[in-house]
Amino acid sequence: MVQTSRTASRDGDSNVLTLWITSWGSAVVDGIMTVGDITLFAHRMFVWMFTRLPRRGTMMINFYQVGVLSLPVVALTGTFIGMVLAVQSYYQFHEIGLENRLGAVINMSLVRELGPVLAATMLAGRVGSAMAAVLGTMRVTEQIDALTTMGADPIHYLVVPRFLACILLIPALTIMADFMGIVGGYFYSVVILGIDHAPYLQNSQEFVSGFDLFTGIFKSIFFGGIIAIVSCYQGFHCEAGAEGVGKAATSAFVYSFVMILAIDLFLNITLDAIYYAFVPEGSSIL
Amino acid sequence: MNGLLEPTMEFESNSSDADALLQVEDVSVIFGKQEVLRDISVTIHRGQTIAIIGESGCGKTVFMKTLVGLIQPTRGHVRFDNHTLAETSTTELAKLRRRFGFVFQNAALFDSMTIFENVAFPIRQHEVASESDVNDRVMKRLSEVGLAKDVAKKYPAELSGGMRKRVGLARALILKPELVVYDEPTTGLDPIMSDVINELILDTRRRYPVTSVVVTHDMHTARKVADRVLMFYPRRRLNDGESQILFDGPPSDLEHAEDRRVRQFVRGEAGERLSEIAEDD
Repeated sequence: MVQTSRTASRDGDSNVLTLWITSWGSAVVDGIMTVGDITLFAHRMFVWMFTRLPRRGTMMINFYQVGVLSLPVVALTGTFIGMVLAVQSYYQFHEIGLENRLGAVINMSLVRELGPVLAATMLAGRVGSAMAAVLGTMRVTEQIDALTTMGADPIHYLVVPRFLACILLIPALTIMADFMGIVGGYFYSVVILGIDHAPYLQNSQEFVSGFDLFTGIFKSIFFGGIIAIVSCYQGFHCEAGAEGVGKAATSAFVYSFVMILAIDLFLNITLDAIYYAFVPEGSSIL
Repeated sequence: MNGLLEPTMEFESNSSDADALLQVEDVSVIFGKQEVLRDISVTIHRGQTIAIIGESGCGKTVFMKTLVGLIQPTRGHVRFDNHTLAETSTTELAKLRRRFGFVFQNAALFDSMTIFENVAFPIRQHEVASESDVNDRVMKRLSEVGLAKDVAKKYPAELSGGMRKRVGLARALILKPELVVYDEPTTGLDPIMSDVINELILDTRRRYPVTSVVVTHDMHTARKVADRVLMFYPRRRLNDGESQILFDGPPSDLEHAEDRRVRQFVRGEAGERLSEIAEDD
């Protein structure tokens, strides 16, 4: 009797283990298939991009929606993040008597990291989700199939203009986020906290180099590209119904944001390695 | 009207392969583990109007999408005018699609474009035409489907279901295609508007030498517009050796079909399906 229950328990354990392995295996296979699918999707888009550009009218609508309509929200959030940085850093720097260096800290953080990441996050939230929702609705209402039946390639017609709008206009949005963040940080530090504006500006100029500005803008191009690819992919593979469209829009933002941070880490490591190879002594705010 | 409804079998026997516009050869379509179509072989001749009927989930929409290359068959081939769709390059396929017209179930008009831009889309995609030429052709097609000029400036969301379907038909016909495929053209419309659409399908056939495939579960449409009817049956409810096409013949033979399931469908009788549904529950 005891022997039987032990055997049954062993069988049960082995069943649980099999189920566990099967579910993990299935998740891994699904993950690999999705990565493969996105790669093929991006490949088709790049082939079209270098073969034939979409019409000017199609491009302009997307450029307007991605660039012009995103400017106010990027400018506003940029201003706030500059001020928040001033609030957060002031007391620590004041304690050690280095509040004059606040300009360098705020502006360095903005141009290297927060400006591009913030602009990309706003783009993923405002434009990426909208792209997934629009393309998802087009998928479920058969508009994408209609394009195909009329001899237009949906990737050429719908994805290429959105990708170009994202990669060409995100640098401008990043510059706007940087600029407004610098203005916000200066306003809070100099006007509200009363830090001398001359050393504030001098430290900013001394420690923030052209390379810092370049890295931020350079990274933003990759962020824009991944937002467009992930969001369009989610829209194209939208499940049926209102729930499917909602899921595509949410997934577009979540996956874009995760990818932005992952790419940010990878690019920071690479760009730092390049920088220190050329400037071994580097630069220090302290 | 009577002249248009010649018995299909006679039509088929008189037709040679040279008349074949579409040849479907041993086509199977499998999605994941679900086999939707198995070993379907159908030849559609030029000038025919075929109605594909069958209950929901029988694979008729998948079959129709396979015909125009929107779905690639898992096995078998679809040939359009001797071009095997799966082997045709993307560029060639895009050119070939100029010869197709596709009327979608819910019209699938582009929301962001006006009705004029929607109907003009295929011209702009395939031709270099002057604006006045585009304008003339679009307005002519819209008037053919009974739509007033002021509709051209509206957006799809401003139109009723019946009007959207008519715009969809005008867009499908703008390049005078050789093959027009209608996906459930009368679904969701009132009986009068359904008949208007049926008359437009017939009118299209009178105006142009067109081959039509109409996917429908509206028996009135099937009887009125088709000269040949194919009835599909869900694969999962068939035995292994059975063909998925339960009926292939003129609409006049539907009532007297040998297969009980065909007669049941035509008459709209639930029969043993009621007990099957109860068992499923």
